Parts: sequence; structure tokens; C-alpha cells
Amino acid sequence: MLTTLLIFFPLAAALLIFVLKSKYSHVIALTAACAELIISAVAVYQFKTGGSELLRANYQWIAQIGLSYFVDMDGISLLLVLLTTGLVPFIILSSFGRSFSKPSTFYGLILVMQMALVGVFVAQDGLLFYLFWEVALIPIYFICLIWGGENRGKITFKFFVYTLAGSLLMLIALIYLYLHTPGVHSFDADALYAAGASLSYPEQSLIFWFLFAAFAVKMPVFPFHTWQPDTYSVAPTQGTMLLSGIMLKMGIYGVIRWLIPVVPAGVITWGLTAVLISVIGIIYASCIAIVQKDFKRLIAYSSIAHVGLIAAGLFTLSTTGLQGAMIQMISHGIVVVGMFFIIDVVYDRTKTTALANLGGIRNVAPQLATAFVIVLLGSVALPLTSGFIGEFLLINSVFQYHQWLGVAAGLTIILGAVYMLRTFQKSMSGETNSLTASFTDLTWNEKAVLYPLALLIILIGVYPAPILAISEPAVAKLLELYSPITAIR
Amino acid sequence: MNALYIVCGLGLTALAAELFNARKILSILMVIGLAVAIGVTIPQLGTSISYFTNMVVIDNFSMAFSILIMTVTILWFWMAQDYFNSDLDHYTDRASLILFTVAGGMLMASFNNMAILFLGIEVLSLSLYTLAGSKRDSLASNEAAFKYFLMGSFATGFLLLGIALVYGATKSFDIQTIAVNVILNSSTLPAFFYVGVLLILVGLAFKISAVPFHFWAPDVYSGSPTSVTAFMSTVVKIAAVAAFVKVFSVCFSHIAPSWSFVLKIIMILTLAVPNLIAAAQDNVKRMLAYSSVGHVGYILLAFIAQPETSTSSIFYYLCAYSVASITAFAVLLQVEKSSSGTDIVHFNGLFKRNPLLAVGLTIALLSLAGIPPLAGFFGKYLVFIQAIDHGLISLTILAIVTSLMGAYYYFRVIIAMYLQEPAGDSLSVSASQKALIVILVALMFALAVLPDYLLGLF
Repeated sequence: MLTTLLIFFPLAAALLIFVLKSKYSHVIALTAACAELIISAVAVYQFKTGGSELLRANYQWIAQIGLSYFVDMDGISLLLVLLTTGLVPFIILSSFGRSFSKPSTFYGLILVMQMALVGVFVAQDGLLFYLFWEVALIPIYFICLIWGGENRGKITFKFFVYTLAGSLLMLIALIYLYLHTPGVHSFDADALYAAGASLSYPEQSLIFWFLFAAFAVKMPVFPFHTWQPDTYSVAPTQGTMLLSGIMLKMGIYGVIRWLIPVVPAGVITWGLTAVLISVIGIIYASCIAIVQKDFKRLIAYSSIAHVGLIAAGLFTLSTTGLQGAMIQMISHGIVVVGMFFIIDVVYDRTKTTALANLGGIRNVAPQLATAFVIVLLGSVALPLTSGFIGEFLLINSVFQYHQWLGVAAGLTIILGAVYMLRTFQKSMSGETNSLTASFTDLTWNEKAVLYPLALLIILIGVYPAPILAISEPAVAKLLELYSPITAIR
Repeated sequence: MNALYIVCGLGLTALAAELFNARKILSILMVIGLAVAIGVTIPQLGTSISYFTNMVVIDNFSMAFSILIMTVTILWFWMAQDYFNSDLDHYTDRASLILFTVAGGMLMASFNNMAILFLGIEVLSLSLYTLAGSKRDSLASNEAAFKYFLMGSFATGFLLLGIALVYGATKSFDIQTIAVNVILNSSTLPAFFYVGVLLILVGLAFKISAVPFHFWAPDVYSGSPTSVTAFMSTVVKIAAVAAFVKVFSVCFSHIAPSWSFVLKIIMILTLAVPNLIAAAQDNVKRMLAYSSVGHVGYILLAFIAQPETSTSSIFYYLCAYSVASITAFAVLLQVEKSSSGTDIVHFNGLFKRNPLLAVGLTIALLSLAGIPPLAGFFGKYLVFIQAIDHGLISLTILAIVTSLMGAYYYFRVIIAMYLQEPAGDSLSVSASQKALIVILVALMFALAVLPDYLLGLF
């Protein structure tokens, strides 16, 4: 019941905003997002105190095609829902004080997006998952198309086609699994797991690649990433935040829930390949980030590198890898939203994101520079920031899986420090120039976004145990499936 | 059967309305009449009664398709008010021709005898030829009517010859008797029987505008008045598909290997060719014409996978497709009216000119492209599930590739609507058209949320 409320409350709020077309749309949206956060806090409380049957709902929807409305939350889902409901208020708040056309449509679409994201993370029915997965694409597409920057028509369309192609492959895989479920066909997660396990080895390999393509495009993992830098730079800031902060976690979550448990033989066979291309992606994206001249593109590439590490950790099929992925998803969400917001602030004042034109901002805007330092440290995984816990666990897991790949993955920390510190130098230190001389420091609403995010980065870095505790039982259950196999290895 | 009487009666009433100068209320009368016809049909669902010495059988198949045809016609009347008002001299003729087309379409879903099939097709086609040319002073409209007439007559000729040959081999026009004969004598059927089957296939492929028998469709669709095009690509398509499905699933499913290969090639071409060509169109009306040909490919894919049990998926696909098409044409009509053209440039900035039209068209195009959670997605999904269940994975992948091409050309329009600068001042729409678009959008969602009932009809 609570989960259903979590899904449909943002939708109701969005419809209200669409209908009212009020000039206070932003306030209504923020209120709704905060209310949603409170609902998710209640869900966490229920989860902790053993009221988890309150989180479950299961109704038959379309019997003929085996579709049911089945939602539930385990620790993994809960953390991602929390990430979504926690970030959306900041994303909405970050738009305050910026002017754009048709605000009611804009805020409505953000809330529709939130509905779809929560739906993706809680669906326990394969087809329902697919529906939410696709629905999430529509609002973000229009957010980028209507409020995006130059050349957005072509770029957003490329993004759309890439993800649509990936998801159609996933649809084939899901239908194939559905037709192999034992007894009365159904899309229930457990039934699909059973169907996947019963498939022959070549079939499992095929299903693995179909599903992997869909998730890899979304994350994006090298070489499926070509849509991402352009889309991130052309999207409006809030769109970029949604894409990088939450939407790419859909791909990672997809791997955890709808790939690893579905085709075990396929995952074991192709796991090394997946880790390998993820690690290639890490180094490739980091190297490109080093030579970027544009702030926003640089963060886009750094995001590919971070996600590559998470993907590599997932396919090690170890507790460290999966737990590292969970905490790194949270951390990356917070860091990247903070980072894109700093870019937005810089762009708001100087109308440029080219690093060559910036410099000396620290002299005139110390508060912004301080917030930037904290977010940056989270990004380069300094100990006692949230980034450290995740990256440490992930690199550790990759190292145990394969030593040389572990070493290569470890480069991400060094390369990350190189491009992030360089960015800081070029934008914040040095002498002020004509563009940055009149830079005004953070306003109240900008502080309200950046300070809590910075605080969270440190809090999680110092005391990550509560987060790890939420996902631990779910991760352990997931890996039970593999325990006989990993024991042999 | 009563529904058919009512529809024919309405057609005659429309003709007589000229005498009583009752034009003003005619559209309303037609809509009420059709609603009554639907109302008398619904309680009959679940029964099966034969009429005229077994020449017409009203069963669930025929009633479901008839109800769909009539419902879409009601929506069409609502949409096409301008078409009638534009030429008051021919108001009544047009209304009666539409009603006779509907009657023909209902016969094509209810026949139990090849003669009735032929009758239905002719009633439908003759009215349509006239409607296609109903904009008398337009060269394109005349060309469309003439082309349609020539090509349609050819197709009917093929069909008739096919029916004759099949009659020669099975000594019957009754489709059940033909089916029994085919099963009993499957080893001793003469060669000309198979020629007959293929000729029927070709004749009906013309009617459903499957590639390579589609050449008339784009010209006729883009030449005819836009309202008539909307009618052709929805109501007429439903009737043609119903006839096709009935003939081949009842009569010839036992000898499926002899025609399924040909049909498979037709299907592959129907998926690939129109979708490719549509991507190159700059005129939205023509693009919709090609896309409507392309949608037949998905229907054929479901049919090939399971000739006998795919009816419910095909029916659902047609429902989803018709609602989305009518919506797209409703918006197209408004844009055509305000900017006297249907090129993509005329859609530029529609979101700023009239958000409701833009959002309505967006949702319709997304449904046609098969994006969840809209009805079009479930239609495609049902097709894919049937195809994969029968091992047609490579064909499913082809269908997915063509869906992506579909997304490409539908999105060209969407991008133009949101991204480009407006092509004119704000566009005002009458309250009834606004209401229509809201209802159609609601229908697209409702079909997606509650398809259970429709799927359970068969």
C-alpha cells in the first residue's frame, strides 16, 4: 500500500500542477517532493521495524498476457527509492530563481519522472518493470527537448533511439523468458528467475546480451555511451541531474534485479567480458575527461568512469562488489547532482562553461568554492567522504576477481584526482578575469541545495553502516544463487 | 443483424434527408443511429446466429469487428464536421456514402459465403471511390478516385477469379464447406485450387494494402480529402483485415504451408518498405499513409505466427491503431485548416500555438510508435509475444527494427512541434474538437489499462 502511494502520489501532484497551471507550480512541486520524501521515510521505518508486508501489493492486471501489478521493496529497492525521493526535492529546489518558459509543464514532468523512477525500483513483475522503464523515458525526453540547449533536437533524438533500441531488446528477452516460465506463464520475478535458470547455455548467453545491451545503454557503459556526453551537456540542469543522479541507476538496478539472478550461467560465462569492457570504459572515459575543455562535458565523462567501476563491481558477483555498488550509487547520485548544480551556478553568473574562460572564482565566491571542494573530494574518493567507501569496496572486489583488472580499475582514483583537481584550479583558483570578477556568491536557495548535499557526502563517508545494513540481507539473498558456483572457483 | 439493418436504414435516411431539408441534424442523427446499432449488438455478444440460408453468420467475431467499425465511425463523424459543412450541397450524399461503406465493412466481417464477401467488398469500395473524389475541384482528389477505382477493380477481379477457382475445386461458396472440403481432400486438390488461393490472397492483400500491392495507397490517401483519408485508414482497414483474417483462418488454415511462405514475404516487405519510405516523407499526411501501410505488417506477423488464434491480438491492435490514427488525423485536420498544408513545417511550434493539439498528437504518435504505457505498445507486445512463441525470433527482431524506424519519423513531427519556431499565430479550436481530443487521449490510456475485456471477446 505504502509502495503504491509512493508511486502514484507524484503522479497525482503532477496532474494537479498540469491542471492548475499556477504561477506557484515550483512551490507545489517542492511541497509534493518533500511529502514524497516523508512517505519514503515512513517506508524505511516500516522496513526496519518488520512491517515489510505493508510495502507489498500484488493485483492481477491483464490476465491474458500475464501482467500483474506486483510491487515490493527489499533493501536494494528501498535504498534506490530513498535516493530518488531524497534527490528530487534538491533538483526542484535547484531550479528556483532561474527563469524558463512553461514552468507548470516543467515541474509536472519532473514529478512524472519521479513516479516512473520509483516504479522501476519497486516493480517485481518483469513487464511492469519494463512499462515503468519506458515511461521514465518520456518525461526526460521532453524536458531535454523543450528546455534544452543548442542542437537539442538531434541530440535528444539520438538519446531516445539508443535507449529505445536497448529496451526493445530487453522486451524480447523478457517475452522469451515469460514463454519459458513453468506452469501458467507469468512475469513474476521468481517465475522469470526459474525460467532463466532452466534455459540451455546458448539461450542464456543470448538473453544475457539482450538484457545487458538495454542496461548498458542506460548506464552507460563503454561502448554504448556515445549518446551520453552530448545529452548531458544539452539538457537543462535539472534534466542532467535527473539523468545522471537517478536515471543511470536504473541501468545498474536492472543488472542487479533483472540480469544477475535471471541467467546465472550467462552471467558467469560473460562476467569477465563485462568486467573487462567496464574497466576499459573507466580508463577511456577518464582519459577523455582529462582533456575536456568544457566543465559540463568533463563531468559527463567522469560519470561514465564512475559508472564503469560500479558495473565492474557488479559482475564480480561478490558481496563486496554489490555492497560497494549500492553505496557508490547513493554517493554518486549526491555528488553528481551537487557537481552539476555548481556548474549551473557558474553558468548562471558567467554564461559559460568553458574552463578557459573561468578562474579566480574562489576569490569572489568563497562559499561556492568551499562547497565545490567538498563535492570534489567526494568525487575523487578521499577517505571520510562517501565516495571513498564505495570506490574502495568496488576496487577491492575487482581486484579479488582479477588482479590486473583490479589494478587498472584502481587507476580511476588517480585519473579522477587529475581531472578534478585540474578543473578546480582552472575554475576556482588563479586570478579573476572579466567574466568572473563580478561573480556573486551563493543565494539562499543555492545554499539550501549545496550545503545539505555536502553534509551528506561527509556523513555517509564517516558513518556508512546504516546504508550498508539496509541492503545487506537483500544482497546476501541475491548471491545465495551463486554460492555453489563461487565456492568451486 | 439488426445493427446492419439500422446502418443500411441510416444510409437511406441520409439520402432522404435532402428532401426534408434536415441537413442540420443529420450528423447527430447518424451518430445516434450508430450508437443505437452498437447498443443492440452488445447484448448479443456470446451468441452465434446465421441468416439468409447460412450466408451471413453473426458471431462474436463479426459483432466485435462491427462494433469497432461503428465506434470508430462515430468518432470519425465527430472529427469530420468540417468535411460535411464545407460543401452543403453534398452533405447528405457524403453521409449516406459513409453509412453504406460502414454497411459494406460490417458485411466483410460477417460473411459466411464468398458471395457475401464479394458483395461487402463492392458495397464498401464503390462508396469509397466516390468519397475519394468528393473534392471535385481538386486535381489530387480526382486522381485519387480514379487510381483507387482502377486498382480496386483490378484487385476485385483477382479476388473474383480466385473465388471461382476455389469454387471449381471445392464446389461451394460457403466458407465452412470449403474448409471441410479442404481438410477431407487435402491430398487430391487440383493445382488450380492453389492458384485460386493465391489469387484470393493477392486480391485481399490489395485491400489491406500490403506490399507489393500497396502502390495505390499513398497516392489515394494523400489525394483524398483528409477526412476521407482518416476514414480509409481506420474503418476501411479494419473491415479489410477482418475479411482477410476470416478467409484465411477459416478456409485455408489447413493448407497454411502452401501460402504462408508467400505471406511471409509479403509481411517482411510490408514491414520494411513503407517504414523506410515514410522516413523520407516531408508531408505528414503522406507519412501517415505510409505508416498505416506499415502497421499492416505487424498484423500480418501476428497472423502468420498463429492463423487460428491470433484474432484477439489483431483485434486489439486494430483498436489501438484506429484510436491513435483518428487522433492524429483530428489534429492534422485542424492544422490543415489553419495553415492550408500538411507538411512538417506546418507543424512547427504547434506546442506554442495550441498545446492541447500538440500534446494530443504527441500521445497519438507515441502510441503508434508503440511506446508504453499507451495502447499501441500493448498491441505490438501482443504481436511480439505471439511471434516469439512460435519461434519467429528473427522476424520479431525485424519488426523491432522497423518500430525504431517508425519512432524516427514520428519523432520528426514531435520535434518540429516542440522545437521549431511557430509557423503561425496561436491556433484556436472549437470546443467540440477539444473535447474529442481529450476523449481520444483518455481512450488511448484506457485501452492500455483495461484490455482484458477486448481480449476476452474471442
